Amino acid sequence: MKTFVAQGLKPVDSLMKPGANSEWTLKEKLLLGLSPGDYMKQLVRNPFNWIFAIIYAIGVPVLLGRFYYGLGWATHGSYDYPWGLFLGWGLFCMVPLSASGFMLGTTVELFGRKDFKPIERLGLLNGLLGYLFAVMFLQVDLGQPWRLIYPMFVSLGPAAVLFLVAWHVATYLSVQVAELVPAASEMMGWKAPKKFVKSIVLGLTVAGVILSTLHQGALGALFTYAPGKVHPLWYNYSFQWFHFFCSSIFAGLSMLIVVSTLSKWFLKWRCDANFTKNLDRITLGLSKGASLALITYLIIKLTAIAHDNEWGLLFTGWGQWYIFEICFGVLLPLFLYTVAIRNQSARIARFAALIAVLGILLNRLNTALITFNWQLYQEIPHWREVVITITIYATYILVYRACLCRLPILFTWKGDAK
Amino acid sequence: MKKINRRSFLKGGLAGGVAAAAAVGAAKNADAAGDFGGYPDSMGVLVDLTKCIGCRTCEAACNKEQSLPMPDKPFNDMSVHEEHRHGGLPRRTTEKAYTVVNKYEVEGREHPLFRKVQCNHCQEPACLTSCFVNAYTKTPEGAVIYDPKVCVGCRTCMIACPFYIPAYSFSSVINPVVKKCIMCYDTRLKFGRPPACVESCPQQVMTFGKRKDLVELAHRTIESRPEKYADHVYGENEVGGTSWMYLTSVDAPFEEIGFDVHIGKQPIINYVKEFLAIVPMVLTIWPALFTGFHLLATRKDAQKNEESAS
Repeated sequence: MKTFVAQGLKPVDSLMKPGANSEWTLKEKLLLGLSPGDYMKQLVRNPFNWIFAIIYAIGVPVLLGRFYYGLGWATHGSYDYPWGLFLGWGLFCMVPLSASGFMLGTTVELFGRKDFKPIERLGLLNGLLGYLFAVMFLQVDLGQPWRLIYPMFVSLGPAAVLFLVAWHVATYLSVQVAELVPAASEMMGWKAPKKFVKSIVLGLTVAGVILSTLHQGALGALFTYAPGKVHPLWYNYSFQWFHFFCSSIFAGLSMLIVVSTLSKWFLKWRCDANFTKNLDRITLGLSKGASLALITYLIIKLTAIAHDNEWGLLFTGWGQWYIFEICFGVLLPLFLYTVAIRNQSARIARFAALIAVLGILLNRLNTALITFNWQLYQEIPHWREVVITITIYATYILVYRACLCRLPILFTWKGDAK
Repeated sequence: MKKINRRSFLKGGLAGGVAAAAAVGAAKNADAAGDFGGYPDSMGVLVDLTKCIGCRTCEAACNKEQSLPMPDKPFNDMSVHEEHRHGGLPRRTTEKAYTVVNKYEVEGREHPLFRKVQCNHCQEPACLTSCFVNAYTKTPEGAVIYDPKVCVGCRTCMIACPFYIPAYSFSSVINPVVKKCIMCYDTRLKFGRPPACVESCPQQVMTFGKRKDLVELAHRTIESRPEKYADHVYGENEVGGTSWMYLTSVDAPFEEIGFDVHIGKQPIINYVKEFLAIVPMVLTIWPALFTGFHLLATRKDAQKNEESAS
């Protein structure tokens, strides 16, 4: 695409073809304004697509195998570790990293910070796709995925935390789709849907905050069912939900910084001046939010240790692992964010965001897999499980890229529908 | 009664709003569960581990009663007692075996002690309270049974069970389900008969009866032979009490024969309640709070609009 843009191609960013009196057809919009031949050419030229091709060549057969031979073939089929990478990574890591949707919705629509507008839609899309693929991961992990709607309509167990997660993720997915309707409407030239969503945006955003608070917290609360299994340093029945909720705030904001940075690097042709010019300022703004959440998280983590009087455990082997997680995943990004804000350096902020994202991955994997069953034994995921996880994550990246290339997320659509 | 309340409550909730139903329903039922100390006339089994000789007759009886597949090694093969699975742990319940008997060599004891493992049928089962499709039921007779027709396969029950009991038929592609001991509910308990393992035991290790009578019997047994029995009825209070309870020898305390003695006396659901309690608060306070924030944050714009209008 870079090459075509360098040759003078203007990517689709309005309903009307520039210089002509006709509209882009849907096919042309989907092909980014290229002829099918040119579109194929840029697909083949892009080295990332080759990496994806290799991942799919190995991953798709394994993924199909999971549905043909069953979970016992794709995973260790462990009774002691009923949840593996699919949920450990796909649910517990993807959902906090997708908290950007409700964070940015709240910032722009509720708190009226219009200065974050240029990145709002990226935040919303990051949220929507993260949740969507968390559900995909769940569908791979469930024993009987075709019964996904059972907790909604067939047999209800409302006293369970997972019941809340199911309902909230489902409702929140629809909220996020609605929040992104304006972007799709602009591209498709619809008028009514955009106007309608605009009229209910306040309600949608408030719903987003409620649902996010509760299901982000609920993911933590799921582990309160296993008091003897999660290591006490990662377990606290009073604060577990708050740990997960609070950390999702900086996780979502940091992921947004990471994604916007990647977009700036790899999809430069798609970003308009409104996005690129404002990005450094916005990155620092997000950093401020993230560092506030980080310090809150740090304090509540230490409070939890004090609450259960677990200081002694810090001197054990697990304790050192815990100290490493806090130093690397919380203190280091907190320090880097502070330096970035003091020196007004978006570059340092981007590095801090990357560390914060890695830190949250470490925390979630620690809770769900690494310290889980700490009194039994460690389990290394089956290689097929790893391959499937990579394949689905690759699909997530592909869909993400496809949306960014077409929908007015990184650029402003020129001219509304008449 | 509880079940009817839950259903009718939920119906009302659904009419009121989807999200509200999910959350408030959750909190309300958790409270109700907290007051539930078990059915008064529920049955139970008292296992006197000092009598067990590890003959595996109960394993064979269970296999037959539940129509489970034949294991690789026959039930009279005692070499399974030396088997170790991942992490050096003794055998556990699987999709093909709802009960197993393990051998424990305890230091300072002449003979090994054997421990039978199966579902303990908790008074307030963690599997039941964690299930989001209500697949589990604690019957008035005391059994914790499972409905495979509604199970989605999320396996939260396996996460929640403090005894590592439920197994999952990972090998099945079309219909994987949870596999665990149901106290022979369908074929025996429902009709007032003891489970197959209890009846098959040549040593009369297990006593079947009303749980409250068994608690009494257990304490009487300990009192009558304090030099023989450890003064602890495992399952009387553990995680809110279980239908299956155990007595062990004084020189082989429970922690040395694979029992988790740090499991606590509270039902597992109690650890989850702090979260469930915040759910209605978030649902009711957040809308007002955040709309308020919105009005505060945009008050200058609102003032400007008013001024320009007047």
